[in-house]
Amino acid sequence: MSFDNAYEAIAETHPEGDARWAFGTGFDDPLSGVDTTVPEGVDTADLAAYCLMLGDDALLLSQRLTEWVTRAHELEDEMALANIALDLLGQARMLLSRAGSVEGAGRDEDALAYFRSEAEFRNVRLAELPMGDFGRTTASLLVFSTWRLALLNRLVGSADPVLAAIAAKAVKEVTYHREYAARWAVRLGDGTEYSAERLRAGFADVLPLVDELFAGHAVERRLAASGVAVDSTELREEFEQVLGQVCELATLRLPEVDRTGTVGGLAGRDGVHTEHLGYLLAEMQSLARSDPEATW
Amino acid sequence: MVTRTESDRTVAAEVAASVTDPELPMLTLADLGVLREVVVTGVGAVVVTITPTYSGCPALAEMRAELHHRLTRAGYDDVRIRTELSPPWSSSWITERGRRKLAEHGIHPPDDRAGPPTASGGPVPLTLGPPRRTVHCPRCDSAATERTSEFSATACKALYRCLDCREPFEYFKEI
Repeated sequence: MSFDNAYEAIAETHPEGDARWAFGTGFDDPLSGVDTTVPEGVDTADLAAYCLMLGDDALLLSQRLTEWVTRAHELEDEMALANIALDLLGQARMLLSRAGSVEGAGRDEDALAYFRSEAEFRNVRLAELPMGDFGRTTASLLVFSTWRLALLNRLVGSADPVLAAIAAKAVKEVTYHREYAARWAVRLGDGTEYSAERLRAGFADVLPLVDELFAGHAVERRLAASGVAVDSTELREEFEQVLGQVCELATLRLPEVDRTGTVGGLAGRDGVHTEHLGYLLAEMQSLARSDPEATW
Repeated sequence: MVTRTESDRTVAAEVAASVTDPELPMLTLADLGVLREVVVTGVGAVVVTITPTYSGCPALAEMRAELHHRLTRAGYDDVRIRTELSPPWSSSWITERGRRKLAEHGIHPPDDRAGPPTASGGPVPLTLGPPRRTVHCPRCDSAATERTSEFSATACKALYRCLDCREPFEYFKEI
């Protein structure tokens, strides 16, 4: 008799009808049973790095959105933010598992999420930005999901079948995330003077980090040449068009801001982050680090 | 031996198809369209293929455990559960029976003509207007309903309320 993980073994001994809710949260490999063979000719170090980039983006924004739970203004919005976070967490789990298995150094999704330090994270800095008030959260989620949807929609055609499958699933989810953020942007922007001001202030915090989303990275360019990755420099036009459409309906004029630059040409994709990431990781990783042998 | 494998296949398929979704217990995995394939590979050996509804759906691990549990109890000593991501699950895969059972339990089944916008190769259009769905209250059948949230207690549902009987209800959304 073989078990894929400890939970199945535990579940196995329980009589039918017995509550085993505590074992149902599932920390097993989300790619278990998926054919993860790397296509011929694809550089495994690059592929692992790319999966880590897209996985870290989703993981950190998911963690940020979760901070709203118990604090949102309406139960409906709390559920929405938690559901969006859950979708992103699912995407992160698959992408980190893919990164770990392609890397081949024995690191699983948990090792990657809980036992890397700041400089080893490869997310864009936007994903680690604190959520601030709901105005900033709306701006942040709109920018992030508009960019990510454009990216994923192209990644569906990736030469890596696992990335293509993860993207095809995620496109459907992120479409709902973008709709949610866009609707709130219209509601706040075209609401009262005060709500419009809060949204505008939110955009003023988020927009400085936008250039990084379209900067491209050497890993990404090499993989894009072989049809595995999406060249993010090509996404800007679609992004601006969607954002413009929302701003028009929201009667919102985006603030002029100074752009956050790179550090000697390096940014989030190279492990150079804002001061916010350390605090986020301290909270996210503390339990796993204080008891690395713990099982759920 | 042939007969044994034949009956094995039927039993395994029936057992797997009877496993229910932990969060929508009125639906079996077959009703939900999550169960892709049941293959008996030898005496007592079975491979079940399932697909997740949403990337982060926490019910998937429970479904796998339950399939394993039930098939082992039915006498299979070599049970493997495969996860297949592609093609991605769609709410249009919910069977007619599944739709009927959802409605009987006060959950409005998905309206697959209403979208979501499917990937046509081009950019995914922003809809922003009210959803293109006709939603009747599952309790009083009134068409005067409004959406309160596109997200609900599980990833797969939206939240509505009826403006006539004033009851809230859930809507299984299209993906």
